[in-house]
Amino acid sequence: MIRFDNVSKRYPGGFEALSNVSLELDYGEMAFLTGHSGAGKSTLLKLVALIERITGGQLYLDGQNVSRIGRRRIPYIRRKIGFIFQDHHLLFDRTVFDNVALPLVISGYRHQEIGRRVRAALDKVGLLNKERVYPITLSGGEQQRVGIARAVVNKPMLLLADEPTGNLDPELSREVMGLFELFNRVGVSVLVASHDIGLISGLHHPVITLDHGRLGAPQAAGA
Amino acid sequence: MNRRTGNSRQRARFAWPETLRRALSPRTWLRRHAQVALESLGRLSRNPLAGLMTAAVIGIALALPAGLYAMLENLQRLSGGWEDQAGLSVFLGQDVTESAAQQLAGTLDAWPEVDAVTLVTPAEALAEFSRHAGFADVLDSLEDNPLPAVLLVTPVESHSTPATAAALQQRLQDLPETELAQLDLQWLQRLGAMLDMAKRGVLIVSALLALAVLLVVGNTIRLEILNRREEIVVIKLIGATNGFIRRPFLYSGVWYGSFGAVIAWLMVQGGFFILAEPAQRLAMLYQSDFRLETLPLLLLAVLLTGGILLGLLGSWLAVGRHLDAIEPA
Repeated sequence: MIRFDNVSKRYPGGFEALSNVSLELDYGEMAFLTGHSGAGKSTLLKLVALIERITGGQLYLDGQNVSRIGRRRIPYIRRKIGFIFQDHHLLFDRTVFDNVALPLVISGYRHQEIGRRVRAALDKVGLLNKERVYPITLSGGEQQRVGIARAVVNKPMLLLADEPTGNLDPELSREVMGLFELFNRVGVSVLVASHDIGLISGLHHPVITLDHGRLGAPQAAGA
Repeated sequence: MNRRTGNSRQRARFAWPETLRRALSPRTWLRRHAQVALESLGRLSRNPLAGLMTAAVIGIALALPAGLYAMLENLQRLSGGWEDQAGLSVFLGQDVTESAAQQLAGTLDAWPEVDAVTLVTPAEALAEFSRHAGFADVLDSLEDNPLPAVLLVTPVESHSTPATAAALQQRLQDLPETELAQLDLQWLQRLGAMLDMAKRGVLIVSALLALAVLLVVGNTIRLEILNRREEIVVIKLIGATNGFIRRPFLYSGVWYGSFGAVIAWLMVQGGFFILAEPAQRLAMLYQSDFRLETLPLLLLAVLLTGGILLGLLGSWLAVGRHLDAIEPA
């Protein structure tokens, strides 16, 4: 699903956020990405989502080399990916329903199909009764779950999550991780960046550790 | 890290082909455009005052040239009505008898540069004058008919241009029976030339005001883009193409242009309605049944076309400049 071949990322100022990183996430696999803050977790996820572009090596997504893919083709690659942000990036001037429907509207689904899929996604995150409310009235955990519903509504092949539990208490964090495992169980590849070692060590998934932009030894967590 | 689930193959089917097929179907395309057009309209209606103000500025900018042009068209129509009855008037001396005038008319008719000659005898001229209100009493009080015989000479087409008609006028003036040979067309030609110049002037004003409309729409759309910056970032992140992001702004431009055009149309129609009555009264004083009028449907069509094109172009320019600069980071 994702393959990094000696990938480096150097920012215009000269700072090298990632150096010679090689890793692979298979189809249907779930893994955690961890490391101290500034280790390059966010940069790695941004490279996958083509928000930032690699400056060295090769990057493959779904078998396609996207290292130097043109700007016009980026949107179509992004539609294969559901991205969950720490600050969830919801649009506060529209209802929960409209927020979750956005990826479907962008892909041009018909009206009935949008309604069906949005309700299915909201049902999975347990917010079916909140579809008509505005995100501002929701709690932090609920907002994060709306973000997750939006990320999965398009049935993406890959879920990326950048510190999805950063603002949540331990119980809500476990709930959110449980959701990711749920999607992973139906075949979605999942890559979660988190510095919450306590949380991820309790889950049985591979952990990729970054240290100052370099790959640490992989840990077989929970084994 | 090598756990492949049975679902992954089935999942892969969802990705490329279906997205592409959906994106390329004409029904999808139409549905999307209808959706976006309505969405843009809805967005405008949520802030009606600001939208109305922009549309009003566009309306005024469109109404000015449209109104001026319609006014000139009316003047041209009015003067065009006079042109075919115009020619040269040859006023004969008081001592020329009617039979001599008749004979002269015959002679002139044979000239190659003359198309037709009509004799208006003093009696006929007097009769025509008496028909006009107010003149009858004055004429009755006169002992003699003061009016001379007049030959109305219509030149052939090759002698209707200012230069050739002037030569004919000179030749008629030189006849011993002539008191005065007058070229009736001259002032009309001058008026025509002035109208032509005024039309060019309106063209220049139109170009400047079109530029103003472009700037107004461009600036309005630019502010809209900046206001929705966060939203643009989010939908770029979840896979919106530039075309998808551009579309609602282009439709906003189209709506501003359309509403501006309708406002301009109402202004021009209203202006003409206000002017119609005094213009008709003025025309009556000149014994004319001239009416000030516009062609409402044609005017609306022209204004709408212009407004929509300018709105689209203005928003296109703004979107092109500002949208690329907004990228998620």
